[in-house]
Amino acid sequence: MAEYQNIFTQVQVRGTAEMGIDEYGTLTEDRTTTTGFSNLLGWFGNAQLGPVNLGMAGVVSLGAGIVATNIIGLNMLAQVNWSIPEFLRQGFWLALEPPSPEYGLRIPPLNEGGWYIIASFLLLVSVMLWWLRSWQLAAEQKMGKHVFWAFGSAIWLFLVLGLFRPILMGSWSEAVPYGIFPHLDWTTAFSIRYGNLYYNPFHCLSIVFLYGSVLLFAMHGATILAVSRFGGDRELEQIVDRGTASERAALFWRWTMGFNATMEGIHRWAWWFAVLTPITGGIGILLTGTVVDNWFIWAQEHHFAPMYDGSYGYEAYGTYEAFVGQEG
Amino acid sequence: MLPRWFNKWNRDNPTDIERPAILIGAVGGAVIVAVALVMWGQPFATTSLQTGPRGTGMSVPEFDADRLLPDPGIEVFAATTSAPVVPAGGEQLAGEARENVPPGLEGLTVENYDRLLAAMREWTGIPDLFEDAESYQTAVGHVMVGMTQNINENWDGHVNANKQVGVTCYTCHRGQPVPSDIWFRLGDVNKSMAGWSANQNRVTPLNSYTSLPTDALEKYLLDGELIAVHDLDSRVAGIPGQDDYPGIQHAERTYSLMNYISNSLGVNCTFCHNTRAFYDGAQVTPQWGTESLGIQMVLELNNDYLVPLEGLLPPERLGPKFQDAPKAACRTCHKGYQQPLQGTNVIADWPELATSSGTPDYGQ
Repeated sequence: MAEYQNIFTQVQVRGTAEMGIDEYGTLTEDRTTTTGFSNLLGWFGNAQLGPVNLGMAGVVSLGAGIVATNIIGLNMLAQVNWSIPEFLRQGFWLALEPPSPEYGLRIPPLNEGGWYIIASFLLLVSVMLWWLRSWQLAAEQKMGKHVFWAFGSAIWLFLVLGLFRPILMGSWSEAVPYGIFPHLDWTTAFSIRYGNLYYNPFHCLSIVFLYGSVLLFAMHGATILAVSRFGGDRELEQIVDRGTASERAALFWRWTMGFNATMEGIHRWAWWFAVLTPITGGIGILLTGTVVDNWFIWAQEHHFAPMYDGSYGYEAYGTYEAFVGQEG
Repeated sequence: MLPRWFNKWNRDNPTDIERPAILIGAVGGAVIVAVALVMWGQPFATTSLQTGPRGTGMSVPEFDADRLLPDPGIEVFAATTSAPVVPAGGEQLAGEARENVPPGLEGLTVENYDRLLAAMREWTGIPDLFEDAESYQTAVGHVMVGMTQNINENWDGHVNANKQVGVTCYTCHRGQPVPSDIWFRLGDVNKSMAGWSANQNRVTPLNSYTSLPTDALEKYLLDGELIAVHDLDSRVAGIPGQDDYPGIQHAERTYSLMNYISNSLGVNCTFCHNTRAFYDGAQVTPQWGTESLGIQMVLELNNDYLVPLEGLLPPERLGPKFQDAPKAACRTCHKGYQQPLQGTNVIADWPELATSSGTPDYGQ
């Protein structure tokens, strides 16, 4: 069984290309017709590449997304006077910034946030159409819409950051800049400006679900890999017809902590933890500056930010002279 | 290449040498690392200066290698300082015997003035300081002597917060005619942009190589804008950028200033703040008070002494973009240390620079 102890899939089963169902005879209408195989892809997943079902929503989504990215990139390039070496050197520092605060919800000049509004609108179109596409593709295969709703939870956070909260605040300047370091600056400044986001209970919940997702994913992935020698990786069969793989996995966790998820239920756990991460995070962001302006003071008012008792006792902390070794 | 019998012998006697080699290499390497650690100790050992209550994580850690290394400037300064000569009365005064004497120093005895002049020439690296009445250096030097006296006399709360330390020309100049870590106005750093899109997201020393706004020193240490961005109630209505409701951008600008300050002093946030509530005056450390006075001091130095030098300095000493006078900030004196020259008392020998009264206190 040594071949299973590899981070890559080593066995690549390969037949003729799988073209998918064609119930309505409209196979080629929305889909590309060519397929290919790649050893490299096979290491990570299925070796077959294509056909892709882009559809009208996908085409418009990609188009709008490409234009938005180009607006962001060209703005960055303009900032360094169209110098490619400077663009590469300063790339992580550059950004397309939201409008300055004095413009409120009005449309500012192009070079002071106007391009940001245009890029954001195109990004909105792109993301919403991609979301629609995830519904269409699921519907076409008569699948549940779980992927659609999961993607929707991420879109909720995206819309809170860039649309709902700026409108409630009355200023586009509250939106997040499009840049590598600048969006991190925004995150820190946002927390500092509103009195420490760690005291925002929805931020706490979001962290719980984020770390919980990581933990569940590790537990589930490890469990399935561990019983794949008994056929545990064929999860769907195990769900409807429990075999020795499921029995052993369940027994392992009951021995460990007295309780185990089920072969089906573990996927509900994972889905809800993942989906609740951006949902709770988005609620926390939406409340910041609109309902609560200083989370630390809010936390004191609700008695969960403790005050220190007793004096600070600075005299006991040691001197700078001793610290730099100027006295014993 | 190898003899045939050897190759044959090797083929006939297959031996796995890879596994033992890996084992011996791994064990041997571990032994060498362990012995080195025991003999020479942890190479990256740190020590922390506690700045707040236990259990709150408030401390300033520093590598021992840096911490225990004295500022090289301390030795240089020690070589240039000399004890004052206590006047007995009746000596000739500098104002009568010497030319181009900075205002306020005319009343010094010739002996003490010459002593001070020699030291000032060493400190500033200008060998003919105050020799030529026409030189711009004479005019600027006169202003700078007044500035030094002002710092020692009126900014006790910052400069001598812990003990008598004082400042001299050397605190900033360090033997150079132009002190290091001065700054000029940068203006817009991004092409084709305006407003908040133009003043940030570029690598400059003034924003400590971050992508934060580059105009923090100008706004807070020259224009005197309010640094606070927090609301002091859990709910405060307002629209960002209006009615004194600070936006994210203002928070980023203060963050840029704070980065500059912490880098200039070689400290972290918790040297002054309890980071769970940056703004809270009840949770800041005593250094926060010292630092707040420092900000007021720099504002005064820039606006009352350095900006007016614009008319005195030659073009090559002015800023590259706006031809503005060079300005000072934390790093100009501190040079990366919590206390300039690690808290060396530089004023004890120089009562002439400690007062603007014209009559130094020689402890008579």
